[in-house]
Amino acid sequence: MAELNINERQAGDVTVLDMSGKITIGEGSVALRTAIRRLLEEGKKRILLNLAQVSYIDSSGIGELVSSYTAINKEGGQLKLLNLTQKLQDLLTITKLLTVFDVYESEAEALNSFK
Amino acid sequence: MTGETTELSLPSRIDTVATAAAAVADFVGRSGISDDAAFGIDMAVREAVTNAVLHGNRQDEDKTVNIILKSSPDAVEISVHDQGPGFNPEEVPDPTAQENILKASGRGIFFMRSFMDEVDWSIRPGGGTTVRMLKRR
Repeated sequence: MAELNINERQAGDVTVLDMSGKITIGEGSVALRTAIRRLLEEGKKRILLNLAQVSYIDSSGIGELVSSYTAINKEGGQLKLLNLTQKLQDLLTITKLLTVFDVYESEAEALNSFK
Repeated sequence: MTGETTELSLPSRIDTVATAAAAVADFVGRSGISDDAAFGIDMAVREAVTNAVLHGNRQDEDKTVNIILKSSPDAVEISVHDQGPGFNPEEVPDPTAQENILKASGRGIFFMRSFMDEVDWSIRPGGGTTVRMLKRR
C-alpha cells in the first residue's frame, strides 16, 4: 500500500483531494507534489486538501504543503486545508503556518469560502 | 525497567528514516514512556535521521547512519551519528521568522528542539557529526 493515497473529486469548480496516510520525506511528499503539479497543469487552481485521514506529517511534508500553497498562489489560485488532525494543527501552530493557511473544519464552509 | 541500550547501523538512504523510526518506536514502547513523549521522540528521530542521510552523508551509501538508544529511569536518550563534515546549528535560520515562514525547508532542527528536552551537536574525533537528544520522563 502506498504511503499516501490521494483521491480526487470535483465539487463545483473546487478540486477536493481526500488524502490518507503519511506525508513524509520520500514517497508521501512526492505524491502530494505530483498531484498538485498535475492539477495546475490541468488548470485546476482552486484546491481543497482534506487531511482528516493523514496520520503523520514531518518537516518535509509541511514543506510540501508550503510549496503547494506558494505554487498555487503564483498561478492565481487558492489552496485551503480541511479537517486538520490535532497533531497537524499543533505543528502548524508552532511553525506559525496556521496564520498562513486558510483552515476549515466543515467541507461546506470550506467550499463556500472559494466563492 | 532499569535501563536498556540498543545500537543500529543503517545505510544512507531515504528509506532509512522509516526503518529507524520503526526501531525507535519499538524501543520507546518498551521503555514505558508516555504516548505524547513517544510522538515527540518519533518526530525528532525522523528529522535527525533525515538530516544525517541528506545533509550529513549526502545519501552516500558507503557511509552509514549509526543510532544509539538508551533508556534510564529518568529519560530516553537518542544519538544519531553521521559521517558528514558537520555544521553550526546556531547558523541555521529560524524557520518561524517572518522572512522564512514560506520556505519549503529548514524546519527539521526546529522540530527536534521543539519536541525534545535537550538537543546538542558535536563533531566526533574520528570525523562525522553526532546529534544527541534527550527526552525526560
